[in-house]
Amino acid sequence: MIEVKNVFKYYGNVMALDDVSFTVNEGEVVGFLGPNGAGKSTMMNIITGYLSSTSGDASVCGIDVLENPDEAKKKIGFLPEQPPLYREMKVSEYLNFVYDLKKCTLNRKAHVDEIMAVTKIANVRDRLIGNLSKGYRQRVGIAQALVGNPPVMIFDEPTVGLDPKQIIEIRNLIRNLGKNHTVILSTHILSEVQSVCDRILIINEGRLIADEKTENIARVAGSDRRYTVKIAGPRRDILRELRALSGVRSAEDTGDGDADGAAFDVEAERGIDIRKSLFNMLASKGWPIMELIPRGMSLEDVFVRIMDEDERRRTAPEGRRGGKE
Amino acid sequence: MTAIFKRELRSFFSTPLGYVFSAVYLAASGLIFALFTLRSSTSDVSTYSSMMLFGFVAVLPLLTMRSFSEEKRLRTDALLLTSPVSATGMVLGKYLASLTVFAGNLLLSCVYIIPLGKYAADHSPVSAARTFGCFFAMFLVGACFIAVGIFVSSLTESQVVAAVGTMAILFFFASIALFNGMIDSYAVRTVLSWISLYSRFTNFTYGMFDFAALVYYLSFAAVFVFLTVRVTERRRWI
Repeated sequence: MIEVKNVFKYYGNVMALDDVSFTVNEGEVVGFLGPNGAGKSTMMNIITGYLSSTSGDASVCGIDVLENPDEAKKKIGFLPEQPPLYREMKVSEYLNFVYDLKKCTLNRKAHVDEIMAVTKIANVRDRLIGNLSKGYRQRVGIAQALVGNPPVMIFDEPTVGLDPKQIIEIRNLIRNLGKNHTVILSTHILSEVQSVCDRILIINEGRLIADEKTENIARVAGSDRRYTVKIAGPRRDILRELRALSGVRSAEDTGDGDADGAAFDVEAERGIDIRKSLFNMLASKGWPIMELIPRGMSLEDVFVRIMDEDERRRTAPEGRRGGKE
Repeated sequence: MTAIFKRELRSFFSTPLGYVFSAVYLAASGLIFALFTLRSSTSDVSTYSSMMLFGFVAVLPLLTMRSFSEEKRLRTDALLLTSPVSATGMVLGKYLASLTVFAGNLLLSCVYIIPLGKYAADHSPVSAARTFGCFFAMFLVGACFIAVGIFVSSLTESQVVAAVGTMAILFFFASIALFNGMIDSYAVRTVLSWISLYSRFTNFTYGMFDFAALVYYLSFAAVFVFLTVRVTERRRWI
């Protein structure tokens, strides 16, 4: 459906993308994950034909975006990082403009109404876009991408600036779109990709360092292995006992704490659930658990881990290529 | 192209820009008409139209300063550039929208001829050919100026830079003829008078249809429209 082959992109002398290749199959929801400036937006802009690559090919539905841009663009709905909204237009006016711009052939009124219903912007249809809140603007931006019902949707950070309720709505919307569209979205929030995407592409400093099913990434992230525990009792003794507990890989005193007790970071060995033994040990000592918070890994942790693995793989047996400095 | 044309045209009048432009244009042209035609008690509008050339230098950049720079600044160009619209269609849509607003104002300012016709002295009636020639020439020069304005606007994200830059370039094109006489070198003079928009103007004001000048003006506009298309296309290669 989407095929990217050996794409390089330089901005002047700055390398933004370094030999990126991947394919996205029909009906897949793929998340681009990476820190700011990793090259996510550049990659998306290249697929949509907004930018061109320095070398390499990108094609959508078998149509090369450089050779046949008009046909390729018809297949894509694109929400850029900054939604391309004309502030002086009304919402309905704007969507009708996009409808004309994309040379749609669907029934105009029904199609625009449907999009407004799906993105929940029908109630602001007659308001000027410039007067809308950030959340509504973001949704108008998404609505714009849906016009013409293109088979491929590309969303660059679709949930930025939305409140938690809207984020959930947008994620549901994207998940629904994923049922009969191919979707690529970018984000730097790990939980977002986990909740929406089938597959994750991790990009760092322009290089694609991981291309995995979401479950695998979740396993790498090992979100069920680290806890912050708040325990009432003598700090030093608790720490000693925690470290002695079997299955505990490391335990640290966070230094935090209040009248309830002191907080500790505990990490379990891979594949071991320490919660029961932790409870039993503390109960036997008479130190009650006041709080037990599972700590998912942050994106940074996942990155560090995946980058470490990437480096190990690359420098491993033959050591043909130098590691990343 | 039609979608962009319609949107641009509507946006002129859903923002103050279109009204400000019309107000300034009509005030300037009214003033110039009053000074150089009515006050000089003449039924000949050729002085008016040549003076309007300099009015255009000041006024037309207002019309074009926004066209591309605003899209760049607000990143709305992403929508246009990722839609199945060619760069040529995009530029032409914007160009024709600005041209339409200008032509509308030019047409409005034709009402000045009514009192002129009514009160012109019997021995010097208003010449239809000359008047038409003048307005037609003004339209052509305006079409060239707008092409320059759109081009400059495509080079920058700032409307102010676009407006001032356009004014400077237009002033150069409009005034070459004025300081051409001061240059000694015959070769330089020839070249300068060749690119001068002003010197091609005269035949029209005599009521003559100057086909060469028409071709010149149209090519001039086309060159700048073409350059704008190139700039727009180049954007994705940066």
